[in-house]
Amino acid sequence: MTELLLRNACVIDPLNRVNGDVMDIAIRDGWIVESVGNGAEVIDARGFLTLPGGIDSHTHICGTKVNFGRYMMPEDMRAGRTIRKGVMHATSGYSVPTTYGNSYRYSAMGYTSILEGAMAPLEARHTHEEFSATPLQDTMANTLFDGNWPVMEAVKEKDVKRAAAIVAWTLAAVKGFAVKLTNPGGTEAWGWGKNVTCIRDPVPHFEVTPAEIIETLIRANELLRLPHSVHLHCNNLGAPGNYQCTIGTFDLVPDLNKERQSLYATHVQFHAYGGTSWKDINSKAEPVAYSVNRKPQIVIDMGQMMFGKTTTMTADGPMEWNLYRLHHNKWSNHDVELETTSGIIPVYYSKKSLVNCVMWAIGLELALLVKDPWQCLLATDNPNGAPFVRYPEIIGLLMSKRYRDEEFRTIHPDTGKRVILDTLDRELGWHDIAVMTRAGQAKALGIAKIGKGHLGVGAEADIAVYPIRIRDTDPSRDYAAVVSAFQRTAWTIKRGRVVCRDGDVVVEGTNRTIWANSRVPEAFDMGRDPEFVKKFDRYYTVRMANYPVQDAYIPRSGCIESEAVL
Amino acid sequence: MLLKDVVCPYCACLCDDLDVTVEGNRVTGVDNACDLGAHKFQAGNRLPGPVRPTEKGWDRVSREEAIGFTVDMLLSADRPLIYGWSTTSVEAQSLGIHIAEEIGGVVDATTSVCHGPSILAIQEVGHPGCTLGQVKNRADVVIYWGCNPIEAHPRHLSRYTMYSDGFFLENAFKERTLIVADIRPTESANVADEFVHLKRGGDYAVLSALRAIVRGKTGSIPSHVAGVSRAQLLRIGEVCKNAKYGAFFFGMGLTQTVGKYKNIRNAIELVDELNRHTKWTLTPMRGHFNVYGFNEVCTWVTGYPYAVDFSRGMAFYNPGETTAVDILARKECDACLVVASDPAAHFPRAAVEHLAEIPVVQIDPVVNATTAFCDLQIPVAVTGIDAEGTAYRMDGVPIRAKKILDLGYPADSEILREVYQQIRDRKKVREVKPV
Ligand code: SF4
Ligand SMILES: [Zn+2]
Repeated sequence: MTELLLRNACVIDPLNRVNGDVMDIAIRDGWIVESVGNGAEVIDARGFLTLPGGIDSHTHICGTKVNFGRYMMPEDMRAGRTIRKGVMHATSGYSVPTTYGNSYRYSAMGYTSILEGAMAPLEARHTHEEFSATPLQDTMANTLFDGNWPVMEAVKEKDVKRAAAIVAWTLAAVKGFAVKLTNPGGTEAWGWGKNVTCIRDPVPHFEVTPAEIIETLIRANELLRLPHSVHLHCNNLGAPGNYQCTIGTFDLVPDLNKERQSLYATHVQFHAYGGTSWKDINSKAEPVAYSVNRKPQIVIDMGQMMFGKTTTMTADGPMEWNLYRLHHNKWSNHDVELETTSGIIPVYYSKKSLVNCVMWAIGLELALLVKDPWQCLLATDNPNGAPFVRYPEIIGLLMSKRYRDEEFRTIHPDTGKRVILDTLDRELGWHDIAVMTRAGQAKALGIAKIGKGHLGVGAEADIAVYPIRIRDTDPSRDYAAVVSAFQRTAWTIKRGRVVCRDGDVVVEGTNRTIWANSRVPEAFDMGRDPEFVKKFDRYYTVRMANYPVQDAYIPRSGCIESEAVL
Repeated sequence: MLLKDVVCPYCACLCDDLDVTVEGNRVTGVDNACDLGAHKFQAGNRLPGPVRPTEKGWDRVSREEAIGFTVDMLLSADRPLIYGWSTTSVEAQSLGIHIAEEIGGVVDATTSVCHGPSILAIQEVGHPGCTLGQVKNRADVVIYWGCNPIEAHPRHLSRYTMYSDGFFLENAFKERTLIVADIRPTESANVADEFVHLKRGGDYAVLSALRAIVRGKTGSIPSHVAGVSRAQLLRIGEVCKNAKYGAFFFGMGLTQTVGKYKNIRNAIELVDELNRHTKWTLTPMRGHFNVYGFNEVCTWVTGYPYAVDFSRGMAFYNPGETTAVDILARKECDACLVVASDPAAHFPRAAVEHLAEIPVVQIDPVVNATTAFCDLQIPVAVTGIDAEGTAYRMDGVPIRAKKILDLGYPADSEILREVYQQIRDRKKVREVKPV
């Protein structure tokens, strides 16, 4: 038995309605308990801001395309090197760090759980191998179904239950956490070098529309009682005028779940563009936020873009190809049979580019215009909008109008004509930030019930103590202090142990993978479905018996079970 | 006993559909495999246990002594090299990389003498790729350039390309056009619809001509380019542009000939160009069954696919400087651990000569050319036969190779884990309580 007492912690714990109370937190064997004995180790938090461990609900940190980003970019690896030291491995990379680089840097920022935004089922083993080398966080994988042939066939037959059964079989086989749709239908069209423009375009050959795929999978997802909702990267990412497609997509979403949203729309900054071309692109954050404000069934994340160098990587292969033709930098693409695709190109977001300035403003506008912070989470689609190490600056910008104004003065002078950011006075508070960086994620992902994202008795002891006293700090004025506090915790506690102290990682750690297993009635077991098995054998190049991710890849398993209602 | 869906641990086609019959801890039958694969399952030639060469022959040593010797050798070296990796599991490869990190050594793989140039080209211009099933189900035009799959990857044509029916091609053999480009008429060239017979060293020029044609600049093409006629080039340009889905495969005939990585860059840029007309992808024909796995794990651990030097604490990558052949030829390396490869059979003479001068430990199941240069060889299980572990197919699809026999040998990952642990113990690496 190990016990730890965190004293004098200034706690914000939105899920338990704690807002800035100074209290002690008792921890036994990795869990938060009522009290501990006198022999417990004591840490004096000295009144510092104490939050549940950070949770990233959409980031790209592990798997085929992430690793290919590293592989093709030695220049990015050289841009972020640290040496082997203490228990820390050497790390490389700025926008796409090595797995240990990700893990250490997230830990220094107080993050204890992270969700890989896109895993192709066929290559799931790779994602899990990298998870194992990401020791200081619990990890989850969004599993791609956007171009899944059997799913599209079920959609065509309007067979929601069959779609659900395919999802259940696949998630269990690949130890996936949630249903991800990236440019649904578009990734299959890309198999022929084509794309879909919005939700009503038919997918070549399969004759279903993105709208039908989205609607069917939202319903299937709820039949399976999965912890998270469908997680959607909308069609037509990054194109001027795409906000209408985004709003049209939101209009499809029924409200099916009382505990959380029915759709998580990711990196919405990239989907809130007005105009007809790069010449007249402008912000449509207002109508998009208005739509979200009227629909409690939707949660979005910002997909904030920050100026500087980064790498774009997404399962949206056709979008990356368009970006490549714009930037003429290097381009990688990787199509995955029967499932999906992906693309990668490096980018530089410049304050001199009006388009980039508009993008920057849109992300912030979304966060300031969506009324309820539980509905707009903080993320950059790491590393697409910016590497995650930029999150503290985003927090600073959201909390300080003055900081925004100062930045605004340094960007392209015409930006003000295209955006409304400079007219927004709202400044988010500490509680809002706590929601947008952990509590909201825990709720949206459906992992609060396994003890994530809060600090109540029974929660897992994942805690971040930031070296800042909120009573002595006016974030509006002292934004620099806020940014620096969120860059480096005083203590990051994972599973009841201090894993990172003042930015230095002090334990080796072991990863845990959280995945979802929805039990379906036998009649819906796709492993025994003759049609499914026959097509699998015929069209995949891996045998069905060799497809599932073996237990050996999940050294520590956090399976969330559910009973499907089919 | 009949085992189904066994994974072949020979070439990077990584066929996972083998039927293997095992009787009395011995493989008595292999179905579905090609000859190369089947032979690997039945090969003998295993050393019984760790051996050290002496004047008179070999002395058996215990596992403990062998591991102790390896640890001593690595810890007392100034510029240790850890090399090999193409025929073992990702788990073992990962340990090898961490050993190099711990001792400040250099870790490199056989990549540096096969598809290293492909990686350099990809690092300049990227890689439009796909999994092999995408080719099987869609591709109506397939190019093999500088490779001879019928001999080196015998089931590549039947599983993924020419003879493999797919979702959008019900009669693949009839509906597909096969183009082979090589400097000599190979067996693969014999089955091609078009054989592009080019002169040695002419690859770059022919690829450039095709790029010009695809861009519509046909006027500048001379009557012959490196032995290939203008008419044939124009014809191929049309076939490529009119493909519904094209797949370009290339091998060491392109990576290791005149022009090296520039050839690959040109091929990638041709494929980029073709993507402006239709869909094309490109795939290197990686050789050994898990050579690509090393590149993957080395990348997620260090940031770089091969040739990583930890001598300054961080990962440093500079092929040509930090590659095994170069470190040996410069006589910098003063101890070498070889795992799952045979450098003495493949390295240039200067590098092999230096290997003879320095202490060498080899971890490998069988006696090979490198054995003669060893101060110690530790035989281990063969990954995919008597040890399991992850392997990456040439297209990046990871598959778990199986253990189908138990012959009493440790997996190389077990030996390496012990070596790593002892090194860390000796260096007193441990977690500290924060204050
Ligand atoms: S083609 Fe390669 S992987 Fe397939 S059976 Fe032959 S040697 Fe083995
Ligand atoms: Zn993403």
